[in-house]
Amino acid sequence: MYPILKKQILSEQVKLVVVEAPIVAHKAQPGQFVIVRVDERAERIPLTIADFDRDAGTITLIFQEVGKSTKQMGLLEVGDAFENIAGPLGHRTEIENYGTVVMVGGGVGIAPLFPITRALKEAGNHVISIIGARSCPLLFWEDRMAEVSDELILCTDDGSAGRKAVVTVPLQEILESRPEVKRVWAIGPGVMMKYTAATTKPFNIPTLVSLNTIMIDGTGMCGGCRVVLNGGARFVCVDGPEFDAHQVDWELLLQRLSFYRAEEKESLERWEAHRCNLDRAYETLTSVR
Amino acid sequence: MPPRRIVPKRIPMAEQAPEVRIHNYDEVPLGFTAEQAIAEAARCLQDARPSCMAGCPVNINIPGFLHLVEIGDFRGAINLIKETNALPAITGRVCPQESQCEGLCVLCKKYEPVSIGQLERFAADWEAEQGELPVPDLPPATGKKVAVVGSGPAGLTAAADLARLGHAVTIFEALHEAGGVLIYGIPEFRLPKAIVKREVEYVCSLGVQIQKDFLVGSSATVDELLEEYDAVFLGTGAGLPWFLGIPGENLGGVYSANEYLTRANLMKAYRFPEYDTPIARGRRVITIGAGNTAMDSARTALRIGAEDSIVVYRRSRAEMPARAEEIHHAEQEGVQFHLLTTPLAFYGENGRLTELECLQNELGEPDSSGRRRPIPIPGSNFRIPCDVAIVAVGQSPSPIIAKTTADLATAKSGVVVVDKETMKTSKKGVFAAGDVITGGATVILAMGQAKIAAKAIHAYLQSGNW
Repeated sequence: MYPILKKQILSEQVKLVVVEAPIVAHKAQPGQFVIVRVDERAERIPLTIADFDRDAGTITLIFQEVGKSTKQMGLLEVGDAFENIAGPLGHRTEIENYGTVVMVGGGVGIAPLFPITRALKEAGNHVISIIGARSCPLLFWEDRMAEVSDELILCTDDGSAGRKAVVTVPLQEILESRPEVKRVWAIGPGVMMKYTAATTKPFNIPTLVSLNTIMIDGTGMCGGCRVVLNGGARFVCVDGPEFDAHQVDWELLLQRLSFYRAEEKESLERWEAHRCNLDRAYETLTSVR
Repeated sequence: MPPRRIVPKRIPMAEQAPEVRIHNYDEVPLGFTAEQAIAEAARCLQDARPSCMAGCPVNINIPGFLHLVEIGDFRGAINLIKETNALPAITGRVCPQESQCEGLCVLCKKYEPVSIGQLERFAADWEAEQGELPVPDLPPATGKKVAVVGSGPAGLTAAADLARLGHAVTIFEALHEAGGVLIYGIPEFRLPKAIVKREVEYVCSLGVQIQKDFLVGSSATVDELLEEYDAVFLGTGAGLPWFLGIPGENLGGVYSANEYLTRANLMKAYRFPEYDTPIARGRRVITIGAGNTAMDSARTALRIGAEDSIVVYRRSRAEMPARAEEIHHAEQEGVQFHLLTTPLAFYGENGRLTELECLQNELGEPDSSGRRRPIPIPGSNFRIPCDVAIVAVGQSPSPIIAKTTADLATAKSGVVVVDKETMKTSKKGVFAAGDVITGGATVILAMGQAKIAAKAIHAYLQSGNW
């Protein structure tokens, strides 16, 4: 069991937990991920490591509540525990002094972007970060990203915080005006990464994305996470999770991500109905008293 | 002993009826009663020079245990089996007996062989019914520590043997449950998970520790393990699934058999939404390949609700590598076989699989494997509508450990190279056995090799000589 030592609500849908996982904390590197399972009946889901503390033996995980599994995770409180956390998995990010780099984070993707940004900053890069979300309540870690960036641009789709723009708009401007940009990282929803890749392509700037596909084991055993690059299929879990954004077949990636949409809906509705019944039963019980 | 009367036919094994069992996940053969077991064991001719044992990779004293079953000494029978085989409840169910012990039974020439596998299962199940397994007396601790990587058949066997020799053993397992392929691969209806759990608990009762959620090569490297442990045993199996490399293979609905079976077995997706992991509930499911994994996949598909479950195989019936019983069970359950059929391409709509295009073959001359080569018939292309396809054409060892261990020699195929006498790898202190040294093979071969490795590890730990 992996107990939760700290919990923070970053927004209505985005939660942060600090979990005791000494083996993972001991080895974790920027860019790597873990597979978590909440309880005996839960799915195994991949979460990128947002931060780690080797001395304390803890890791920080940030997730957005979208389906049954992540909503259930959101209910965990300090003192509760994850049934399983396996890792660290996947390759670390290659950290070097590249010169000037742009870090693009969308929504919950800001979390895995943070340790990579920090490592690049420590390696001496001039770091320009662009972080965005649909609206202000979904933005988080502006302060932490500011600490590890030389320049930070905030944007929201609705203009409730920072610029009213999607992240690719300031990115495009930077690429046009600043030829010194050597490399771009983008982590966020699939569609955001797809458009980031399309934005940097004409400038021929090496662009890396961290893919978050459906996985089961996370160890290269099932192939459920496969992604198609120019050179053929790769497994995100063991060959990634970072890939050259210009080589990714985005259409296929987005289609594979949505393959279980009907089942996800079914699972969520069943769970929510069950929770409603529990609430009602509790109310009846307390009103009788 | 006077000459024994020949009983040509086996005692028939009671099974769940096909039309019933395709709607549940329970085991298919129901097992012998004591009376049936005694009668079946009595069919053994107790030949002075038995041929069956030569077919057993772990050298079970087969006529010996059959005799004990025949006289009703079931305790004696299971003890005799366990002298050389730690997991009889499992091997009795999953060994390819027809190409091992039963294939060499003297009765085989004219009659049906003795049901050795079913009798092995009977003895093991009888023991389980008697209550908790007694823990054998363990020797004093040697103070030596061994890391066993992987908790499948090879790892469990090596761990048990080493613990019985007084060594402190820790098993490292990447998944959340111990048992390896016995848990994620082989379905409940062929090998109930309660049996695997029982065997794992037995190994733990010998003092073996299991560290789950730990991927060696990533959570720690083999070199890091060697800093803390005196020896490392690799029983990591063959976990890398092969794909066909044909167009459309990455459409939604095309699974590796590893993924399909792991969802169904390890994650219990057949009980979705009660369990959270989904699996595509295909109406027409195609399985490509004809080994045990393919039969497991095709039969699982029926239980998940497929109306049609179709096996596509490029060679003919005679070349199908699955156990005879699995093919027989699949046929009984209504799995259809498209033989001499080569898949060419998957087609889909909106990213979801809709059809598989195939080519018809005829049989040509034998190839290097001795099997008759399938020759495509030009222009014979046809399409099979389907919404799920399962690729079950084999697997090789995961490259993770080899990639992270500089001085561990591997062959081109990805298998770890060992000295077959001792299971020593090229790296000092590291041994390997099972599918990681052979590629996809059988549970019993992995166990036989693990026993050799355990002996060699013990010798190495005592002498310190590599």
